[in-house]
Amino acid sequence: MRNPLLRHATVCVALAVVLVLLTYVFDAFTDYKIAGVAIFFIAAAGLTVLTGVNGQLSLGHGALMAIGAYTTSLLLKEQPQLPMILPLLAAIVSTGVAGAVIGVAAARLRGPYLAGATLALAVGLPQVAVHYGSVFGGNQGLPVPVPTPPSALGGDFPNERWLAWIAIAAALITLFLLANLVSGATGARLRAVADDEAAASLAGINVARIQVLAFVVSAACAGLAGSLFAYWVGLTAPSGFGLSVSLQLLSAIVIGGLGSLSGAVLGSFLVVMAPFTISDLAGNLNLSSDVANNLPLALYGVVLIVTMLAFPRGIQGALFSLWRLAKRNLRRPQAPTVSTTA
Amino acid sequence: MTPVEAHTEGNGAAPAAAGAPMLELRSIDVNYGRVRALRGVSLTVNEGEIVALIGSNGAGKTTTLRTISGLNRPSRGEVRLRGVPIHQLGAERIARMGVAHAPEGRRLFPRMTVRENLEMGAYARTDRAGVRESFERVFTLFPRLKERTSQLAGSLSGGEQQMVAIGRAYMSNPQILLLDEPSLGLAPILVDTIFEVIREINARGGTILLIEQNALLALKTASRGYVLETGNIALSGPAQDLLTSPDVQRAYLGM
Ligand SMILES: Nc1ncnc2c1ncn2[C@@H]1O[C@H](COP(=O)(O)OP(=O)(O)OP(=O)(O)O)[C@@H](O)[C@H]1O
Ligand SMILES: [Mg+2]
Repeated sequence: MRNPLLRHATVCVALAVVLVLLTYVFDAFTDYKIAGVAIFFIAAAGLTVLTGVNGQLSLGHGALMAIGAYTTSLLLKEQPQLPMILPLLAAIVSTGVAGAVIGVAAARLRGPYLAGATLALAVGLPQVAVHYGSVFGGNQGLPVPVPTPPSALGGDFPNERWLAWIAIAAALITLFLLANLVSGATGARLRAVADDEAAASLAGINVARIQVLAFVVSAACAGLAGSLFAYWVGLTAPSGFGLSVSLQLLSAIVIGGLGSLSGAVLGSFLVVMAPFTISDLAGNLNLSSDVANNLPLALYGVVLIVTMLAFPRGIQGALFSLWRLAKRNLRRPQAPTVSTTA
Repeated sequence: MTPVEAHTEGNGAAPAAAGAPMLELRSIDVNYGRVRALRGVSLTVNEGEIVALIGSNGAGKTTTLRTISGLNRPSRGEVRLRGVPIHQLGAERIARMGVAHAPEGRRLFPRMTVRENLEMGAYARTDRAGVRESFERVFTLFPRLKERTSQLAGSLSGGEQQMVAIGRAYMSNPQILLLDEPSLGLAPILVDTIFEVIREINARGGTILLIEQNALLALKTASRGYVLETGNIALSGPAQDLLTSPDVQRAYLGM
């Protein structure tokens, strides 16, 4: 399909159908995990635009998710009966505004300075929630009610499946919007600025404006993810948004393939599913809880290093090379098996 | 009257003008921190001219171009494009006003293809038919690029990269083209190709300010020239006169 808008829409609708069908096949706990992957992906996709496409490193995306989550929780504290769409939108707006402020500052910062500033955000912001405990609930956090499926779906429709549907819908809308953004004229501007700021401005691109735009888009995604995360966990607490969330997001986009949205899908799947799989494994092997709790983080490190050494373009890049190789060999079955891919 | 005038501050030599002034620098100072890179630089490029700016390493040639295109800001003086002051504007505004700068070191977008790099040059343009025409022009000027449209710019040879850099600048359909050492690091045959293209762009009415360390080639191509020495314009005049000036011959032509 030549028209990218149509192609992205088709892919997203197809994914929606498949994923919704899968939520019927799987048990409630698996649906819950699917919801987790979808939520994490929303933030990872936003970070892909900022870091992978536009070249601005953020170690503070966990904190941006926290802004979305607290926006949601505070709203629900006042108005528990609010339809879910409103807290989600409020989280997108508040985090988008925060992203604009950070983006304006970030447009003046480069490389290690930007990393340092966003790191400070990641470490500092959760402390604000602790310090102003009367508002933000301190270390205990703020509870979030479980979203319940509409009665039209039937009395025995599991909450987990309903949450998975919401997360899948949000993730696919995000994917659709970002895929169009990245493949269009704005995407070219984002990449040009990442490649060479001076050359980009000589081409007539307002570099600072593009950098702020990338931060706003990316933050809005983090806000949406944070809001959904609050529903997913049922609680918004500082411990949920530590530096490790930011690092997991970065791991996901690097493992998947930096700058690629499909890479962000793969990376999110691995990063979210790994702890579940590992804790199953640890349970079977009777590992102590200390080891079991830290195993996922250690494994990220190993996987990250191996990926960067073996597949510099991430899993998505490796799959793409494999696919091209397979296509070539299929077309010419007689071809020698030694390939000359770069 | 001597053919080549020693340059006095703020008062450039006034040769027979090819057209109205396209670009004027008036008494420009530029500092890098405490280092003064340009001192009272004045120069004029008239419409339809090729003007050469020559000078040895560190003389301030690149700084001059970067100041014109808004990447550096002068601490004193003015830059005017068709009489309009532009020295307070951002680089992207100046680019959109028709100043195209093929910078030192080419500065291509390495992760983009040749075609995408050229497209970035035409980014601010809205006339689609004109852009298509410019594409054809660039491919006529540099047939080698036509075979490499979908190759990543980062994987091109140095000469091909220079072609893309000039082509990208040309794609904006500029009022004036600023070229920073287009011959740098190229084999002689490629240098000939590049300069052939520069002359051809000029023959079709293009106005060009050309920076070169290869003074002989630059002065043979240009109609007028300026000699920059440690941030000052030391000499200026018709290119022919500079070529025969004993000072220029001794310092820049190795005679
Ligand atoms: N970013 C910078 N910071 C500090 N000093 C600089 C900077 N860029 C250039 N300079 C200094 O300004 C002076 C002029 O440099 P410029 O690059 O304009 O010279 P040039 O004539 O283009 O030289 P070359 O032929 O080697 O390219 C030099 O003394 C250089 O060291
Ligand atoms: Mg230079």
